[in-house]
Amino acid sequence: MALLDVSNLNVCFGLKSGLVKALYDVSFRLERGERIALVGESGAGKSILGFSIVNLISKPGFIESGSIKLDGKELTSLSNRQLRHVRGKRIAMIFQDPMMTLNPVISVGIQMVEAIRSHTPMSKKDAKKIALDRLAQVQIPSPELRFEQYPHELSGGMRQRVIIAVAMILNPDIIIADEPTTALDVTIQAEILELLKHMCEVCNVALILITHDLGVVSRIAERTMVMYAGRIVEEGPTLEIINDPQHPYTQGLLSALPQMALPGQRLNQIEGSMPSLMNHPKGCAFHPRCKYATEKCSNAQPNYIYSGISTVACYMVEDMLEEFSEYRDL
Amino acid sequence: MKYSVKEMSLPISKQRFKHIWNGFLSDKLAVLSLVIFIFYCVVALAAPLIAPFDPYDPQFMDLENSEIPPYWISGDDRFLLGTDAQGRDLLSTILYGTRLSLSIGLLAVIIQAGLGIFIGLTAGYAGGKLDNFFMRCADIQLSFSTMMIAIVFLAIFQTLFGSDYYQQLAMLMLILVIGLAEWPLFARTIRASVLAEKQKEYVDAARIMGIGPMRIMFKHILPNTMSPLLVIFTIQIANAIVAEAALSFLGLGMPVSEPSLGSLISIGFSYVFSGAWWICIIPSATLILLILVMNLLGDWLRDHLNPKIYKD
Repeated sequence: MALLDVSNLNVCFGLKSGLVKALYDVSFRLERGERIALVGESGAGKSILGFSIVNLISKPGFIESGSIKLDGKELTSLSNRQLRHVRGKRIAMIFQDPMMTLNPVISVGIQMVEAIRSHTPMSKKDAKKIALDRLAQVQIPSPELRFEQYPHELSGGMRQRVIIAVAMILNPDIIIADEPTTALDVTIQAEILELLKHMCEVCNVALILITHDLGVVSRIAERTMVMYAGRIVEEGPTLEIINDPQHPYTQGLLSALPQMALPGQRLNQIEGSMPSLMNHPKGCAFHPRCKYATEKCSNAQPNYIYSGISTVACYMVEDMLEEFSEYRDL
Repeated sequence: MKYSVKEMSLPISKQRFKHIWNGFLSDKLAVLSLVIFIFYCVVALAAPLIAPFDPYDPQFMDLENSEIPPYWISGDDRFLLGTDAQGRDLLSTILYGTRLSLSIGLLAVIIQAGLGIFIGLTAGYAGGKLDNFFMRCADIQLSFSTMMIAIVFLAIFQTLFGSDYYQQLAMLMLILVIGLAEWPLFARTIRASVLAEKQKEYVDAARIMGIGPMRIMFKHILPNTMSPLLVIFTIQIANAIVAEAALSFLGLGMPVSEPSLGSLISIGFSYVFSGAWWICIIPSATLILLILVMNLLGDWLRDHLNPKIYKD
């Protein structure tokens, strides 16, 4: 049984002008200790997917249908009180901006002790011992000193280490990292990613990494899911996807990397921009920007098929596979 | 701000305190205000020890000694600030009066703050209907002035239970009335801060860690709203003291036998034109200085705790 099993998840936002759909039939599985990545442009619904797993979508948003099972236990039907035992203890989350995620007026140590004690009744002294232990594990020098300090007294990288320590503090099964390195500078990014990977391996924690940086993905994740306009369009092993992307959107993303353009040449880009949630195109949401789009694409949503490399939702790939099998039959 | 090596080696919490303290010391007016305020507090606390007479003891009410002017006019060294119409030593009465005024002010504001913080936090954090309900209550409460509520309430109480009974309970009643009448100020301020804080990621982070709403409200959000609260707290104590003085002046406050600064002024007021000005003027000056000092301190706190109005 998979650790986390999300199937046909639909998330909507109830606005005054009507229902706006943010996630379309998202399904995926996550095994214990596995690391997967969610990539896509801003607004593709990556973060909403992350938040809906712990059922904390901001106000007008709600889960319309679908199921999220953790160890076979349904999460969508749990009450808030029951969910509180899942949050933090089973599933933890790491945010983008480490300055914003830590409470500015409470010392680092107290925040960690607070997190422990809100789940397990324990004396402050014992909780402090665990917190110091965790701080040392995320390679923070002189944890006793840092324990007393406030977030503004730490550097950006140090803060993100503290946040990783906080996320790890209750030995969760899953960590959802929402762009954990975007706010850091490049040299520290690598360190933090390495640390995150190391911690996940040591503690056998599954990781869902939300990012738009494909470089980050190849470094950490075993499996990658590409999202576009609220739908997973391609899913498969990271290396295969990066070497041989199937979906035109994934191809576009990869060729948009700066290192794919020759010096002096204009950088590649995907023409146009992501459709807003309000006017979701009919058929495949990517067809207005897709150079391979046919009439079929604008009429109906393609189904997922396994291309031999990854699972894709695209008519072009479907057609190619058909052609290929015809040749083979000849 | 330069730190010496010795200061740098201090523990972090002490360094932080040192930083604020240094900023404070560079402001002469603030230091003077604090010194005077502390002087008031010490004097009020130690009133029974330092007062030459006990103003509550009828033994010292000798009509032969009534209306003696202050020492520098009369040369009577028994009564430094003179005596009132009943022959009570004015200095002792003022000392005890300050003690009463300060404690009524402080306790009333503690009630205001407790109520206001709880309601404001809940309203701001929960939002929606609960927020609407509490804030409309606050609007209604604010549409009546504190004085009006206090006067009506105290007058009704006095006629219902008789003034003897009232005099025994005067202090408690004043604290309750002033305390209950001004909670919306705290509630509104804290709600505004909570609405801003609620949007911040650390609240999301706390919720994702599975921390309960009560814990988030009181342990995570409340400390972030402390600086405006501290400012209101100081200024409200001054306001509560003034409210108490005004009520006492109107005869609805502390009884003559147990006078606060306000009732002293009220008693003295009838003698101003008969020549015994000191009975009214000296307690008035005491009260004015106390209020001034507290407002100055409140201003200083506001300037230094609110990053939006930095003045360098």
